[in-house]
Amino acid sequence: MIRRQAIVLLALVGLLVATYLWLYKIGVLGELQCGTGSCEYVQTSGYAQLLGLPVALYGVAGYATLLALGLAGLQRRFASDRRLSVLLAALATAGFGFTIYLTAIELFVLHAICRWCVASAVIMSATWVLSLADLRRAPATTP
Amino acid sequence: MKGFYLLLVGVAVIGGGVLWYGSQRTPAPAPSAPVAVAAADGFRGYTLGSDSAAIEITEYSDFECPFCASFATVQMPVIREQLIATGKVRWRYRDFPLPTHAYSRFAALAAQCAGEQGKFWEMHDQLFTNHQWAQTGKNPRGLFREFARGLGLDVDKYDACMDGQRYAGRVQASVQEGEARGVKGTPSFYVNGRPYQGRSASDDFKALVDSLTKKHK
Repeated sequence: MIRRQAIVLLALVGLLVATYLWLYKIGVLGELQCGTGSCEYVQTSGYAQLLGLPVALYGVAGYATLLALGLAGLQRRFASDRRLSVLLAALATAGFGFTIYLTAIELFVLHAICRWCVASAVIMSATWVLSLADLRRAPATTP
Repeated sequence: MKGFYLLLVGVAVIGGGVLWYGSQRTPAPAPSAPVAVAAADGFRGYTLGSDSAAIEITEYSDFECPFCASFATVQMPVIREQLIATGKVRWRYRDFPLPTHAYSRFAALAAQCAGEQGKFWEMHDQLFTNHQWAQTGKNPRGLFREFARGLGLDVDKYDACMDGQRYAGRVQASVQEGEARGVKGTPSFYVNGRPYQGRSASDDFKALVDSLTKKHK
């Protein structure tokens, strides 16, 4: 249960980070608070769009789904439901893969780092590890 | 469990509040707002190439203009290699920010402020190569600062230059010069003072320069 709680908390923070980047992308926020990073450079590059949509919006959708699944997993009726662990692990794995792709673009193509993207990468990586641990501990059969 | 949900609500409320506060803050004024025009300082534009080149091409350009960006990133590298580096041509860049573009004058100032620290062409390349900023419609102030930092500029000096709009007079003088010469759009070119009517392609410039070079011989 503690792992699912941690996943829910991480997904909520990730959702806030992704929402922040998405609000910037659609013009609701004027400037990103980035310190010495290169947030705006990364966020205005062509790689900040995928299939016509801002990458941050995929983050919002992904974290929101993780949050909803995590919250459902905290309910008594799903607490020992393996299917939920599988769903969480599958979504977190897809998110982790996407995170690796985006980080590689920052490091090797753009040569610029966006602190908020790094924060999201750390959150997604931790979520992935926790989701695998949750899956490992889940009962082999669904009640 | 109750404590956990309270924690979640707390995080959501604080995070949501921060986002709401950020969206309510007054956005920075459009940096392309009308600027006070200082007396022109006699500056005639940054140049590339040999001072002794027989042919001078003057380009009137706008950093926000997509055709200018395309020219700068596709044609200009070839022109630099074949015509400028070989000493045949001296290239002069003049600002002609179009009034329909929200941030082109701001971008022109950014390039001038980089030029103050000896990095005009580097900033010129950054502005044109990373041209996505011109399509977003967003205030590019932070992005241009990042360009400045990436180029190794003294950012405090750059900020002071931008905040004081130190080279607004130069940019305006360049616009007036272009208008006086009949520039209507960007990019526009003048070859040894004469309007160039050909295509904005490196091959066409090369053909013209080769024919002019033969005449000089």
